Amino acid sequence: MQSLIVVLIVTTISFFVIRSAPGDPFSYESSLITPAVRDRWRAQFGYDRPLPEQFIRYVASAAHGQFGYSFHMHEAVSDALAQAVPRTLLLAGVSLGLSFVLGLAIGVVQAVRRDSWFDRASSGVLLFFYSLPDFWGALMALLVFAYWWPILPAGNIVDPVLHDYMGAWGAFVDRARHLVLPAASLTLLTMAGISRFQRAAMLDVLPSDFIRTARAGGVPARRIIWRHALRTALTPMITMLGLLLPALLGGALFIEKVFAWPGMGLLAANAINARDYDLVTATVVVGSVMVVIGSLLADLLHYAVDPRIRE
Amino acid sequence: MPLLSVENLRTYFYTDNGLARAVDGVSFEIGAGETVGLVGESGCGKSVTALSLLRLVRPPGRIEPGSRIVFDGADLTTLDEKSMRAIRGARISMVFQEPMTALNPVFTIGDQVAEVVRVHRAGSKREAWARAVEMLETVGIPSPAQRAHEYPHQLSGGMRQRVVIAMALIMSPALVIADEPTTALDVTIQAQILELLRELQQRLGTSILLITHDLGVVAEAVSRVIVMYGGEIVEEAPVRELFAQAHHPYTEGLLHAMPQVGQERERLATIPGTVPPPTAWPKGCRFHDRCPYAWERCATEHPPLYQIGAGHVSRCHLADEPDRRADKHEPLVVTETGERSASR
Amino acid sequence: MNNEPRTIPVLTQLARHRSARWGLGVIAVLVIAALVGPLLSSYGCVEQLDIVNLKNAPPSWSHPFGTDQYSRDVLTRVLCGARISLAVATLAVLLSTTLGTAYGLVAGYAGGNVDHTMMRILDGFLSIPRVLLLIAVLTLWHPVPLAGLIVLLGVTGWFNVSRLVRAETMSARKLEYVAAARALGATDGRILWRHLLPNVAGPVIVAATLAVGNVIALEAGLSYLGVGAPAPTASWGSIFFEGVEFFAGNWWVVLFPGIAIVATVLAFNVLGDALRDVLDPRQLHASVPLPERMTLEQPSA
Repeated sequence: MQSLIVVLIVTTISFFVIRSAPGDPFSYESSLITPAVRDRWRAQFGYDRPLPEQFIRYVASAAHGQFGYSFHMHEAVSDALAQAVPRTLLLAGVSLGLSFVLGLAIGVVQAVRRDSWFDRASSGVLLFFYSLPDFWGALMALLVFAYWWPILPAGNIVDPVLHDYMGAWGAFVDRARHLVLPAASLTLLTMAGISRFQRAAMLDVLPSDFIRTARAGGVPARRIIWRHALRTALTPMITMLGLLLPALLGGALFIEKVFAWPGMGLLAANAINARDYDLVTATVVVGSVMVVIGSLLADLLHYAVDPRIRE
Repeated sequence: MPLLSVENLRTYFYTDNGLARAVDGVSFEIGAGETVGLVGESGCGKSVTALSLLRLVRPPGRIEPGSRIVFDGADLTTLDEKSMRAIRGARISMVFQEPMTALNPVFTIGDQVAEVVRVHRAGSKREAWARAVEMLETVGIPSPAQRAHEYPHQLSGGMRQRVVIAMALIMSPALVIADEPTTALDVTIQAQILELLRELQQRLGTSILLITHDLGVVAEAVSRVIVMYGGEIVEEAPVRELFAQAHHPYTEGLLHAMPQVGQERERLATIPGTVPPPTAWPKGCRFHDRCPYAWERCATEHPPLYQIGAGHVSRCHLADEPDRRADKHEPLVVTETGERSASR
Repeated sequence: MNNEPRTIPVLTQLARHRSARWGLGVIAVLVIAALVGPLLSSYGCVEQLDIVNLKNAPPSWSHPFGTDQYSRDVLTRVLCGARISLAVATLAVLLSTTLGTAYGLVAGYAGGNVDHTMMRILDGFLSIPRVLLLIAVLTLWHPVPLAGLIVLLGVTGWFNVSRLVRAETMSARKLEYVAAARALGATDGRILWRHLLPNVAGPVIVAATLAVGNVIALEAGLSYLGVGAPAPTASWGSIFFEGVEFFAGNWWVVLFPGIAIVATVLAFNVLGDALRDVLDPRQLHASVPLPERMTLEQPSA
């Protein structure tokens, strides 16, 4: 399908961009490494071949599930990713779910009670959150909830020391507590965008003729809003969600850095610093694949929700 | 006892541009089983009248105090919203102009027709569906049981309008308000829809208020005609009498402007000038600047509804001074703007 | 009396719009501060004043925003940062808007297979999280001069604009006056430039305004991670970067640039929203003002 082409394009772009950078994984300074050793390493890992050839070899091995070796983490790239990806999925998934539900609800209420105090106040507050740079909001949250008023842990996914000694329930609570701040930060930002959009979408739908037909038929207001208007406004919402995904992942990256959440974002940041080319490439590709899958899901949702698209 | 009695209905819009008196003192009655036509150009207030009857007018518009809409003994203007909702769709229902956009695109037509039943708690899901299919058949949709599962975009305009009519009639209301139900449709479909309405009316005994700007439609379908201009009623008469002996110059103009097959004419007749904006109705008779008979009295004195004959009224001073009718001239708007009049 | 619709000029509408005034006001203040501020201050942008005594001084009369760990006056740095951040963002958005509009116009106008291919490629670009790519490039090619940063930001930001432009072009293309222009012998280029572009201008302007806010935040984020404007240049983000290690103690180093960023981004967002309201074609040609309220309940008369 077309998505495969997209993934291919992404892989190509990321590969060439990354490998064209000056230097290579073996450029770091160390008096222990002679140029001869460096050359040998390069030859061993294929970095001395021309770029296009490197690319073909990469794709070939990737097709076999071999994404290369991570030098600074001392394990296969696929292993490193296998650990990190689910954690990011957890964070992003929870945030996305929450923001969607909350953003939708708020947007609908805002549209229906347009220009009321609720609408104005919440729009203002949400606009503020929407304008916050990702990391700043996270930093502030960290400051407030972890330092000044330390009720929540300052980072990491689980308590590094005690977690292994907790019972099953304790471990669950521990995980949950560590999830709160990062997820809340990410949710606030995303929710602001979603509710703005939902408000606009609802305002678009509410004056429609078919809403008038329903009113004339005696349908009560609540039903009109939540059944008729919302269903129709869902279609552009789902489109928006698909477009939102890359930004969500980007935001997650910052959040992970601030909260030391060991997901893909943190992995990528460290890998980049260490010039761990394979890991970086793989991360970018996987990130993009996630986005593509998300878009596919959005398309499926479209299909389910809007009968006009089924034609 | 008439089914519906409207007394001095005034619906004003409070806009940034000023106070728009869209409906300015309209009174009429509709009896049980009657079909009444409401005729006028766009901007005369007929649609707003219809919306007012069902209290579907939204801010910045509102029905002014002093208006009365008496339906089946109760004054609709003072009813609470819940009771009003019970009336909408069940006792009084409405059919709108645009069939293409009148239905929700994400629900099946069966669902939407059945919804009217369910919303008024007149049946379970299954019963409502069955009645919906029945109704679809009544309005002439082929293979109704199958097509009930289809979506609006799969139907033509004429079909969609039939669905809307089905929705309007499924609860057997006493009164159906049809606001330009055929304007957006082809002429052949128009005829079918009108025929359908007439059939259903005879079968179910519903009263119909047919709103249109097309006199041709009116001639076929109604028993009595109300002509509106400038937010008021300017003439009312039984249909045959209106066509044979129209009194008000505006009605005359409308009739004259109707193209007729077999008639030889060089150019279509029009009424010169345009409808004034509802924020600034002229003083005196609201039609006077476009009227070929107007004289000084018309510019200053707002005419009341004069009785012309049995069931025939006209808001024109010619009823008081009929000799003036001989004095035909270019309307004021022509002499002022130099616009050409084809009313000779 | 006739019923012709009144076309209210855009600028007048904008001036009437309450929040637009606010947004424009803040931006004006910022621009003035950016241009004039550093000249008025008695300290230099990167000047280390007195590393022994003035290090990490909290806000005071002589240093309203305090000093950082290199004894640089934070207020001055914030003002200098305004220059850099605003300049970077504006230039980058200019670049991305131009690229995106061009791409979108061509794709929307050409249609068919050309459009299809272009859109697939665009999807590919869109799927890569922008932040990730930027970090990767900026780190691997470290150090990247400011001009390079601007180019990168521009080059990674044009995708959304082009989607928007393409959609608008496709609907505008079907309008009759395009066919009329073609029938009169206009070339495709002329049609694009004179007819389609003005139509597309409205949403593009809105998107560009919002994008400036975005890029400022993005650049700040990148600098926070250490890959944005090269030190010791003061962009708002890099002030962060250098101060963030101590921020539990030196709250002023983090708070003031933060406020500056948030206020700026907010102002641009507000302005963008206001522009969107004003440029909505339905509003421009309304003869009857749109209803104020969309409530579903009719107040009982």
